[in-house]
Amino acid sequence: MSLDAETVRRIAALARIRVKEEEVARLQGELNHILAWIEQLSEVETEGVEPLPGAMRMKLKMREDVVTEGDLHDAILANAPDRADNAMGSFFAVPKVVE
Amino acid sequence: MTYTLEGRTGPWEIVCGLEVHAQVVSKAKLFSGAATAFGAAPNTQVSFVDAAFPGMLPVINRECVAQAIRTGLGLNAEINLWSRFDRKNYFYADLPAGYQISQYQHPIVGKGEIVIDLADGSTRTIGITRLHLEQDAGKSLHDQHPTKSFIDLNRAGVALMEIVSEPDIRSPEEAGAYIAKLRQILRYLGTCDGNMEEGSLRADVNVSVRRPGEMYRTRCEVKNVNSIRFVMQAIEAEARRQIEVWESGGEVQQETRLFDPNRGLTRPMRSKEHAHDYRYFPDPDLLPLELDPAWVAELKAGLPELPDAKAARFQRDYGLSAYDARVLVAEQATADYYESVAKGRDPKQAANWVMGDLFAALNRTGRGIADSPVPAASLGRLLDLIADDTISGRIAKQVFEEMVDTGADPAAIVEAKGLRQVKDTGAIDEAVARVLAANADKVAEYRSGKDKLFGFFVGQVMKAMAGKGNPALVNEALKRALS
Repeated sequence: MSLDAETVRRIAALARIRVKEEEVARLQGELNHILAWIEQLSEVETEGVEPLPGAMRMKLKMREDVVTEGDLHDAILANAPDRADNAMGSFFAVPKVVE
Repeated sequence: MTYTLEGRTGPWEIVCGLEVHAQVVSKAKLFSGAATAFGAAPNTQVSFVDAAFPGMLPVINRECVAQAIRTGLGLNAEINLWSRFDRKNYFYADLPAGYQISQYQHPIVGKGEIVIDLADGSTRTIGITRLHLEQDAGKSLHDQHPTKSFIDLNRAGVALMEIVSEPDIRSPEEAGAYIAKLRQILRYLGTCDGNMEEGSLRADVNVSVRRPGEMYRTRCEVKNVNSIRFVMQAIEAEARRQIEVWESGGEVQQETRLFDPNRGLTRPMRSKEHAHDYRYFPDPDLLPLELDPAWVAELKAGLPELPDAKAARFQRDYGLSAYDARVLVAEQATADYYESVAKGRDPKQAANWVMGDLFAALNRTGRGIADSPVPAASLGRLLDLIADDTISGRIAKQVFEEMVDTGADPAAIVEAKGLRQVKDTGAIDEAVARVLAANADKVAEYRSGKDKLFGFFVGQVMKAMAGKGNPALVNEALKRALS
């Protein structure tokens, strides 16, 4: 399996990473190297072996349905690039996105 | 009869499947301890997990899992004892992590079904493909500022159940009936409040059209339709658009569209052009969700009686018609109200009072059954007064109106207003004599064969007695006097 240049541009666009045209060829090479390494894994016989969801042998922990947090808006908004406060309260502000 | 839309070149069938997003009833969010209550000040119900701060890890809420299992059981669906969470990757301002935690390949609930009730009294079974748990996104407000959108993350991370139907729906009516029935089941189960105005229940509608007998053609998805009426309108509007495309020699392109209720049309959704590549992969922060069969059995044992079972029991035990039973089980509170009135009384009479006088009173006063001005016990006592001949059915209507207005007990109203039925034959005979004397001409007509006037005399006597005469005794007395 190998990626063409168009796929590299598409992946970058989906990941919101701006890639200069002259970088595409180099990234294409790097990504194809990674894919080649991963393809080596398929040489291992895994027939009948259960997928391993994690490195630790433990079960999913669950929480009880209890409200333990709230009113953190100032902490939540502390690092916001832009915030807005009005009569309703405090918001993150972002460039207008309207459908 | 198959529902079809008539095109210029002949009839077309509609093929429709629905994806309903139902907000889970829980106190805290799916993966955090922030509250879910509707209407709080913006960003006050957001944890660091919901805001996707670095290093924060999701921990699943047991109750949200239980709610999904209950819903699956209520839809007669397979519960998958092993399921998994995946990341659905896309960028949007109200999705702080850049991905939604969802279930892609391994949902918690598999195939099930819903029996829908149609207006003509028939039913149809609509298949459920799956139900999975996922996070809701935040809310964007676009009308607060000329160049900025405001983001409120209170809803971000709230648990949703996405319930996907098979493409079994064939008309707008069936789609409406499907959502109504699903909503009813969810409300009975207490797993979703079904409030469409607050966005607790939203639907994405998949629509295609075809010539009768054909295989499926290309479908379009109409996103985020938030009322049953709009779902029905959106399906018809989108089907008509597609028919026009096919009939003018074009080809329908698979795409995501929005319904504009003001214009009654669908239009393409621009932002979704590239968005369909969600690059799902298993969420490395979460282990698989493995369910103990004993827990599932326990949840099953705790399920309430669901509407179809209840309606069947009402028909069997109370001798109600299918229609009456269906109306009375529409809301659990109505069914409970009815049962406490019907218990130990005439069930058919109880149904008539609940569906007639009570519903009319609720409509008029703008109240729901839960805060009915006449509690079930009071209505029951009113029916008892009819049953033991203290008052007639006609006077009962009058007493009931008084109960609606004042909330007083029926027996107290009957005493205070002197409405007790007159069974004293002397008083009745006297009223009869007065009426006959005042209507000598009518008496003559009656005697010369105009039998129909008997009803007139009954009415006059009742009027003379302010409605309080015992109807059977009044009839007897009149017959005697006129013979």
